[in-house]
Amino acid sequence: MTDATQSGPMLAADGTPLKKSLARSLRRRKLRALALIAPLLLFVLLSFVIPIVSMLFRSVENGIVSQTLPLTVVELQNWDAESGELPDEALYAAFAKDMVAAIDAKEHTKLGSRLNYEQTGMSSMFRQSGRKIKRLDPEADAPFKEKLIEIHDGWGDVNIWRVIKTHAVPITNGYFLNAVDMQRTPEGAQAQPEDKRILIKLFGRTLFMSLIITGSCILLAYPISYLLANLPMRVSNMLMILVLLPFWTSLLVRTSAWKVMLQQQGVINETLVWLGFVADDARLVIINNQFGTIIAMTHILLPFMILPMYSVMQTIPPTYTRAAKSMGATNWTTFWRIYFPQSIPGIGAGSILVFILAIGYYITPEIVGGTKGVFISNRIAYHISSSLNWGLAAALGTILLAVVLLLYWCYDKIVGIDNVKLG
Amino acid sequence: MSNDAAFVEFQHVQKSYDGEILVVKDLNLSMPKGEFLTMLGPSGSGKTTCLMMLAGFETATHGEIMLDGRPINNIPPHKRGIGMVFQNYALFPHMTVAENLSFPLEVRNIGKDAREEKVRRALDMVQMGAFGSRRPAQLSGGQQQRIALARALVFEPELVLMDEPLGALDKQLREHMQFEITRLAHELGITTVYVTHDQTEALTMSDRVAVFDDGRIQQLAPPDLLYEEPENSFVAQFIGENNTLEGVIKSINGDECVVALDDGSEIDAKPVNVHAAGDRTKVSIRPERVEFNKDRLHADAHTLKATVKEFIYMGDVFRFRLSVAGNDDFIIKTRNAPDAIRLSPGQEVEIGWLARDCRALDA
Repeated sequence: MTDATQSGPMLAADGTPLKKSLARSLRRRKLRALALIAPLLLFVLLSFVIPIVSMLFRSVENGIVSQTLPLTVVELQNWDAESGELPDEALYAAFAKDMVAAIDAKEHTKLGSRLNYEQTGMSSMFRQSGRKIKRLDPEADAPFKEKLIEIHDGWGDVNIWRVIKTHAVPITNGYFLNAVDMQRTPEGAQAQPEDKRILIKLFGRTLFMSLIITGSCILLAYPISYLLANLPMRVSNMLMILVLLPFWTSLLVRTSAWKVMLQQQGVINETLVWLGFVADDARLVIINNQFGTIIAMTHILLPFMILPMYSVMQTIPPTYTRAAKSMGATNWTTFWRIYFPQSIPGIGAGSILVFILAIGYYITPEIVGGTKGVFISNRIAYHISSSLNWGLAAALGTILLAVVLLLYWCYDKIVGIDNVKLG
Repeated sequence: MSNDAAFVEFQHVQKSYDGEILVVKDLNLSMPKGEFLTMLGPSGSGKTTCLMMLAGFETATHGEIMLDGRPINNIPPHKRGIGMVFQNYALFPHMTVAENLSFPLEVRNIGKDAREEKVRRALDMVQMGAFGSRRPAQLSGGQQQRIALARALVFEPELVLMDEPLGALDKQLREHMQFEITRLAHELGITTVYVTHDQTEALTMSDRVAVFDDGRIQQLAPPDLLYEEPENSFVAQFIGENNTLEGVIKSINGDECVVALDDGSEIDAKPVNVHAAGDRTKVSIRPERVEFNKDRLHADAHTLKATVKEFIYMGDVFRFRLSVAGNDDFIIKTRNAPDAIRLSPGQEVEIGWLARDCRALDA
C-alpha cells in the first residue's frame, strides 16, 4: 500500500534518495578506477593530446605579422589596399620603427620566411633590407618613404603591402587554402596558379591508392582467413605464424626487400628476362611508381586485414553451412547467401584498419614510391622537415584527420560500427 | 517389415576418420516410411556420425546407404532433400525468421507467392505465426527451436534428421517440445531420425530406439521392449535404472535358470544371452520389480537377505538403497501407496522377484 501512495523519488533505508546513495557508493569505485588509469591518462595527455592540439592550432595560427610589426598593422587598417596607391608616410614610419625593433630581436627574417610562403622573394627582401634599415634611426631619420624605397624597391610595390595587409590577421585560413591549392589574396580566396596545384591531386591519389590497397588486401586476405578459420587447429596455428612472421620483421627491412625484388635489376625482372618473358632492354618498371607503392603496402598491411577477418570467420559455426546445404543450397549459394554476409563485419573491420593506416602511411611510399607513388603524408613530412612550413603541414594533417573521421562516420552510418569486430 | 518397404537403409556401413579406428562398425539398419527412430547412445558411440553420413556431411568408408531404394553415397547433401534440425538450431542470424524459412524454398526456385504461403503455414504449424519479422537473436531458446523445426519441414522433405535438437532447453520446455515434435512428425507422416543421449527423450518419443555403443547398434527395439527386455548388459545399464548382480550360471532349464552369486547365495533368473551352466553372467533387475513383501512372491522363489542403507523420499515413489550380496548400491523403488511399507536404515529384509523379471545377461 505504501508503494502506491509514495510519490517522488525512491528512498533508501535511511531516508536519503536512492539515487544519491547509489551515486555515493559508486563514487569510491570510480575514483579508484581513475587512480589506476591516471598514469596512462597523464602520459597520453602530455605526449599525445597536447602536441596534437597545438599542431592543429598551428594550421590557423598567424600571430607573427602582428607581433613583429605591431605599429604597422595598426596603420595598415587606415590604408585602402584597393586604391592602388602606396601607403602614406605614417605607415612607413611605423614600419621603420617596427623593423628596427624586429631587427634587434632578429625576428625580421622569420617574418620574411613566413611571408615568403605567400609571395616568393619576400624572404630575401626582408633579409637584404634588414641590414640597411638597422642603421636608420626611427626618430631622426624621418621621413622614411623615399629612404625605404631606396633601400629596396620592393617597399615601393603596392603588391607587397597588400600581401602584408592580407596576412596581418592573427588567425588565418591561409594555410588551409594553400592545402587545397588555393591562396588568400586581398580579393579573397582564389585558386593557385596552374603550375602550383599539386596538393588536391596528391590527396586524390592518396585516397585512390589507399582504396586500391584496401581492395587488394580484401581479395588476398579473404581466402587465407577462410582457410585459417576452417583448418584443424594445428595446421591453422602454423599458417598463422607464417602470416605473422612478416609482422614481426622490421618495416624498413620489408620495404627494402621489396626494393630488391622489384627494381629493374631485381629478382623479378632478372627472372622474367632469364625465362624470356621480358626483353632485356624492356625490363618492367615496377618500382618508384604507384605500382611499387601498391605492391609493397598491400604486403605490409595484409596482416591487418587477415587478423580481423580471421577472428570473425572463426565465430561462424560450420553448422550454418551444413544447415544451408541440408536445405538444398549449392556450395556457391551457401557461401554467398549464408557465409559471406556473416563475414562482412570482418571485412569491414579489416578495411577500416587498412584504409586508415594506408591513408597516413609515410615510410613505404617514401622508399618505393618514387615521385609518382608518394602520398600526402610524404608532403606533410616535407613541409615539417625541409620547407619548415609547419602551418601548411598542420593544415594538411588536419584535413587528413578530418577525411579519416568523415569516412569513419560514413562507415558507421552505412555498416554500423557495432558490427566491427577486431577480435 | 520386408526389405522392399525400407525407406532408409544402412547396409554394412563402416566409418573411420583416421584409417585406424572404426567409429562405426558394420551398421545395418532398415527403417520403413513414417517411422520415428531414435539413435541413442553415449557420446562417441557413433550415432552422430551415422546421422551425418545420412545427411551427406560425412561419407561412409565402406557399405551402402539407401534412401527410398536409391544408393545416396555419391549424392551431395544439397541434392538429398533431407530436412535437418541442428543442436544449436543454426538459424541464420542475418536473416529474419521468415527469410530463414524462405531460404530452402528460394534455392528450389519456388515462386514468391507460393513461398510466402508455405512460410506462413509452416510458422502457423509451430504456433509462431506472429514472429516472421523477428531476428533469431530476438527469440527465446524454445522459440528458436520451433523455428528450426519449421525451417526443416517447410520444404516438405520426406525424411527429417534431428541432432540433439532439445539439448539446450530447460526441462519443462524440453518435455513440451518432445510432445510437439512427435505430434508434428506423426501428423505430417514424416520419417524421422532423431539423435539424442537422453534416454527419457528416446523412450517417450520414438517408435523404435537404436541403442548405440562402441560403433554398433546394441539393440534396436520399441521403447517398451528396450526397457523391459534388454538384450545385453550395456542396454540394461544404459536404459533406465538397473541393479546388477554378478555370478555364475548353475543350471539352465528352458526359460528359467539358477544363478549362483559371488557370495554363494542363489537366485532365479531368465537366461537371455547365456548359454550353458558355468557361464559368467550379470543379472539385471529393475528397481520397481524387486519385491520385499513376501506374500507377493511364489512360495518356492529364491530370496536374498538385504540390509537397508538409505531411504530416499521422492514424493511419488520411495527409493531404498540396500546392501545385497556384496552390492551396496542395490536400489529398489516402491510406489507411495497408502499401504506402502517404509523401511528404515539398518533394517534387515528379505527380497525376491519373479524369475522373468530378472534377466541373466552377458558378463
